[in-house]
Amino acid sequence: MALLEIQSVTQIFGGLCALSDFNLRFDGGELNGLIGPNGAGKTTVFNLVSGFYKPSQGNILFKGRDTRRLKPHKITALGVARTFQNIRLWHDMTVLDNIRLARHQTLGYNLVDALARTRRYQRAEADIEHSAHEILEALKLDRYALERPRNLPYGLQRRVEIARALAGKPSLLLLDEPAAGLNSTDIEGLIGLIRWIHKEFKLTIWMIEHQMDVVMSLCTWIKVIDFGATIAEGTPDQIQNNPDVIKAYLGDGAL
Amino acid sequence: MQRFTVPILLAALFAGLIGMSQGGMIDLYIQSVIMFMGINIILSSSLNIVNGYMGEFSCGHAGFMAVGAYVPSLLSVWLLTDDRVFGPAVLSPELALVIFPLCLLGGAVAAALAGLLVAIPSFKTRDDYLAIITIASLYIVKSTIENISAIGGPRGFMGMRSAVVFMEDVIELPWMMIWIFICTVFTVWIIRRFVSSTYGKGIIAIRQDEVAAEIMSVNTNKMKVVAFMLSSGLAGLAGGLFAHVLGYVNPGAFGILKTTEIMVMVYLGGMGSLTGSVLSAVLFTVLMEAMRPLQIIKWVIVPLMLIILMHFRPEGIMGNRELSDIFPRLRRWFQFK
Ligand SMILES: Nc1ncnc2c1ncn2[C@@H]1O[C@H](COP(=O)(O)OP(=O)(O)OP(=O)(O)O)[C@@H](O)[C@H]1O
Ligand SMILES: [Mg+2]
Repeated sequence: MALLEIQSVTQIFGGLCALSDFNLRFDGGELNGLIGPNGAGKTTVFNLVSGFYKPSQGNILFKGRDTRRLKPHKITALGVARTFQNIRLWHDMTVLDNIRLARHQTLGYNLVDALARTRRYQRAEADIEHSAHEILEALKLDRYALERPRNLPYGLQRRVEIARALAGKPSLLLLDEPAAGLNSTDIEGLIGLIRWIHKEFKLTIWMIEHQMDVVMSLCTWIKVIDFGATIAEGTPDQIQNNPDVIKAYLGDGAL
Repeated sequence: MQRFTVPILLAALFAGLIGMSQGGMIDLYIQSVIMFMGINIILSSSLNIVNGYMGEFSCGHAGFMAVGAYVPSLLSVWLLTDDRVFGPAVLSPELALVIFPLCLLGGAVAAALAGLLVAIPSFKTRDDYLAIITIASLYIVKSTIENISAIGGPRGFMGMRSAVVFMEDVIELPWMMIWIFICTVFTVWIIRRFVSSTYGKGIIAIRQDEVAAEIMSVNTNKMKVVAFMLSSGLAGLAGGLFAHVLGYVNPGAFGILKTTEIMVMVYLGGMGSLTGSVLSAVLFTVLMEAMRPLQIIKWVIVPLMLIILMHFRPEGIMGNRELSDIFPRLRRWFQFK
């Protein structure tokens, strides 16, 4: 069974066709890329996979389950986690609380336990706290556990968002432009981090990225879309030499 | 050691209040002011769940209070007294001590169910639209009561005072003071536990970024139902106490003005601060009493205060911090969980 299957998905907003006849299949373990010029429909694909948009046509299966009727939090519970193009942390909570909250679907206790502070509550919260610290340590964020994300530099905020995504123990991690707004040293670190996460957490990573060096050095398979249509896919080498891709990025005059 | 500070202080306060009321050291007027303080603390801290922690704008709090005022009043009159409409007492008045809290609980449950009226539209709307829906729900409750003549319609309903008298007949103690004290402590304590658990922090995530909350695993619809029901249920509890202290309720008491009063307390104290809600409820009660001789002018001064406050300190007295955040050293002396 495939991990993720996107079957001829089309997404229409009003009169605008943001994505047309998009197909994809991940078997698990990949580290792949999705690229395309501004407004190509990349973020739309991620919003569809995480259940925030429901496809106008076509179907999305995650671990064999039809996700069209599922709310985003249910899809997250199944194992999809993501980061956002413009960081969406809960800025007035501590970093630690941000990480903890990613466990909301797997708390292991209910409202009554929370109000009565039962043993179950104590044990579950201790476990949540423990694994949150583990994630923070793994991503070298433990020093910032009690800071508010708002007060952290941009690069660290991106890292906190990745930590939050990992806290729910996903099997598919979607990264929407993780390198956006980072300086070159940060980007070096990010490339190492993503590679390490892919190996260490044994998950599937799918990333959108405008910085070609990041995509080309990390991804084994890349899909290119333009105006919602898939125009190419292949290995980094194939993509770099594909005339359609060059045309989409640089315009007709480049050829 | 810190674990015992709060219980000891509360026990001392409780003993002091009951002792002084019983011994006649504080007169009935002061007693009633203290009781209204408690009721206001319940009202402001429960509205804080929705308007503060969750960041929605609900204006329906007085409506839930009304449900919680009428249901236990009707129950206690039906069960404990001989009444023209409800017939003779169903149970012996000696049972008042057991029946009264159950009636209160019934009111809270009914109010919590009424909270669904607002929770469900909140799935799809927020801000101005939700504000309008909550105002509508307030008027639905109010005009429903006004149109049921069996419970007095617009004239109001009375007779529940007997339940209090029966309790005092069984054991001579200031029972309303006792129940209000218990309910106030219970409310603040429950809310504290709720918002400090990872579960309850789901509503804070909704305030700060609802989209991220839903996508990062918070079942936002369910959390809204939980928050609205908890908030309105506690408002109902306050309503039941309010009705039994006054011995008389009428739908006019639960209008938009009452909602405004409660909102003033929440915003005065600080959204998302329990300490703030408690402090401002106490302050507000005292201020309102102090301004009683001014009569209607009071309603010029209160909004004016609110405008001044919003101008100079928009985040309220406490912002979204608690006492222990402002004075971290206090943590050595007490903990409240
Ligand atoms: N909710 C929406 N309603 C209407 N139009 C939308 C919506 N979401 C996206 N679009 C439109 O769909 C198109 C694709 O947008 P999308 O955000 O997926 O692009 P993108 O490839 O991520 O671009 P960028 O590189 O700038 O992030 C755009 O024209 C955008 O305006
Ligand atoms: Mg995008």
